[in-house]
Amino acid sequence: MTGTLSTRKLAVLLAIWALLALAPYWMPPLGGYTALGTRVLVLALAAMSVNFLLGFTGVLSFGHAAYFGLGAYGAGFALKFLAPSTPLAIVCGMMLGGLVGAALGWVIAHRRGVYFAMVTIAIGQVFYYIAFQWSSLTGGDDGLRGFSRQPIDFGLFKLDIVSNSETFYYFVLVCFALVLAIMAFILRSPFGRTLIAIRENERRARFLGIPVDRHIWIAFSLSCFFMGFAGALYALVNNFADPRGLHYSQSGDFVMMAVMGGMRNFWGPLLGAAVFVVLQDYLSSVTVNWMSGVGALFVVIVLFFPRGLLGFVRSKSQA
Amino acid sequence: MTQLLLFNVTNGLIIGAFYALMALGLSLILNLSNVINFAHGGFLVIGGYLAYTITPYVGFWGALLIAPVLTAVIGLAVEGVLIRPLYGRDPLYSLLMTFGLAFIIEDGTRFIWGAQGKPVTIPPFLARPLSHELFFITGYRIFMVVTVTIAVALIFALLRYTRLGIRIRAATLDLEMVAAMGVNVRILRSLNFAAGIYLAGLAGALAAGQLGLEPTMGTGLLMPSFIAIIIGGVGSLTGTLIGGLLIGVASGVTAVFAPAASEAVMYVLMAFILLARPRGLLGEEGMMT
Repeated sequence: MTGTLSTRKLAVLLAIWALLALAPYWMPPLGGYTALGTRVLVLALAAMSVNFLLGFTGVLSFGHAAYFGLGAYGAGFALKFLAPSTPLAIVCGMMLGGLVGAALGWVIAHRRGVYFAMVTIAIGQVFYYIAFQWSSLTGGDDGLRGFSRQPIDFGLFKLDIVSNSETFYYFVLVCFALVLAIMAFILRSPFGRTLIAIRENERRARFLGIPVDRHIWIAFSLSCFFMGFAGALYALVNNFADPRGLHYSQSGDFVMMAVMGGMRNFWGPLLGAAVFVVLQDYLSSVTVNWMSGVGALFVVIVLFFPRGLLGFVRSKSQA
Repeated sequence: MTQLLLFNVTNGLIIGAFYALMALGLSLILNLSNVINFAHGGFLVIGGYLAYTITPYVGFWGALLIAPVLTAVIGLAVEGVLIRPLYGRDPLYSLLMTFGLAFIIEDGTRFIWGAQGKPVTIPPFLARPLSHELFFITGYRIFMVVTVTIAVALIFALLRYTRLGIRIRAATLDLEMVAAMGVNVRILRSLNFAAGIYLAGLAGALAAGQLGLEPTMGTGLLMPSFIAIIIGGVGSLTGTLIGGLLIGVASGVTAVFAPAASEAVMYVLMAFILLARPRGLLGEEGMMT
């Protein structure tokens, strides 16, 4: 029984990675383009980072876009003011998002439920406000411009991720895989199991002597580092960092992607992000009232697919 | 200088009264139903536009009375159909629901009334300034503050002295117990939701005369209302009221000395509260935290 299950799991995993690896080949015939695939990957990474906290620790942060945006600005600042190096930009973005998140997480980690959600929204807006107002540094409403991703020098050869969108897609895919591997490793470790225990029954976890607040703080910080990483990649995708990337409505989109795909599933947010991005792209190209479309999507998912698309498929196949 | 200060403090007080009115409605719904109503700003916009639409038929005073009630009725319908199924579930779902509703409402108002802002006329005797020195205190501003005061006083009286209000307060503390005593919690939540939305509608109808109308105006007022609740303390309506007035006046005073920082000051206040007194000014430890 377990043997067949794990082969099935392996097959699913292989299929997912094959689909991702071959995306530049099957997307264009279906009307997509490689840059869209890159965007889906980056936003999926962000949604998975949110889900690390939401789906696996059971903590709802509704202000995670702030750390995504900080990652983007961090990468932008590094490229613009420090040195023209892509890896440095990613590290800087991740550090900015992660360290700020870790510091703030320490203040709020002992809050729960709606109160936690509200405080994270308000704190997230602080960074939106700063990015919006401090125009001499951030470019204000126009966003941070004047930087671009750089080719990566491996000594023997140079990886041209600047002009070749396919090479860039694969570069992002490798980054994506790297972060996912770390995330999966953490979730399978005893620490990750403890997070799930906290999600399932916080009181019992506390009785078992688990320092719940500290675990939640660490999970929050880790997810902020992942978020900063995703944000840095997003800045590289656009060669641009936008204050709207920090806004709470962006946080809402990330949470929605996770919920829509299925937040109890590791791969759910990837599916959610793909559907969300493609749908939003499509809606905004056919109607000016795309906002209603996205809003209606929220309503439908919440009312009829609360466990997400994967959760829905799973319950149907079991029935 | 004194005049400038007075001007900005008055301004801040009026803005603060708005924040407080918004935040009180949010707080009512949050306390009883555990729902963070992201669509609250949307209901404010609906209130404003409804007032604008019915003014030609019922006049300014009629609109002020009727528009908030209509908004509350819309709120009641939304609660009954979309939010009620979510009460038993993780607050995440009602959050996402109202988040989506906010999108739909903003887009809907733009669709019905157009993206252009709408000017709203107010009775001439309210538009006049009080005196030459105090040119910035128009009758309408005083009228707004008075109306907000009356509305807040009524809500507090309702919660304190009527049977409905006592039940709402009791259910905020222990919903299960109140349900076990035979109170229809479903109706209680609906009425409470409608009361919150009524306040949003009233704020909208009042804002229409002062700020004019735009489909996006609700979003801008939402975040300060959140901050008012956090500063005042989740669970305490008096705290919310104080929080709203406090950030209004604080940003008014800051505007005198550093206009650019007038919005930042409320975030600074919030940060200070979160560090020094995480439960908020009047919040009780352990409640909803």
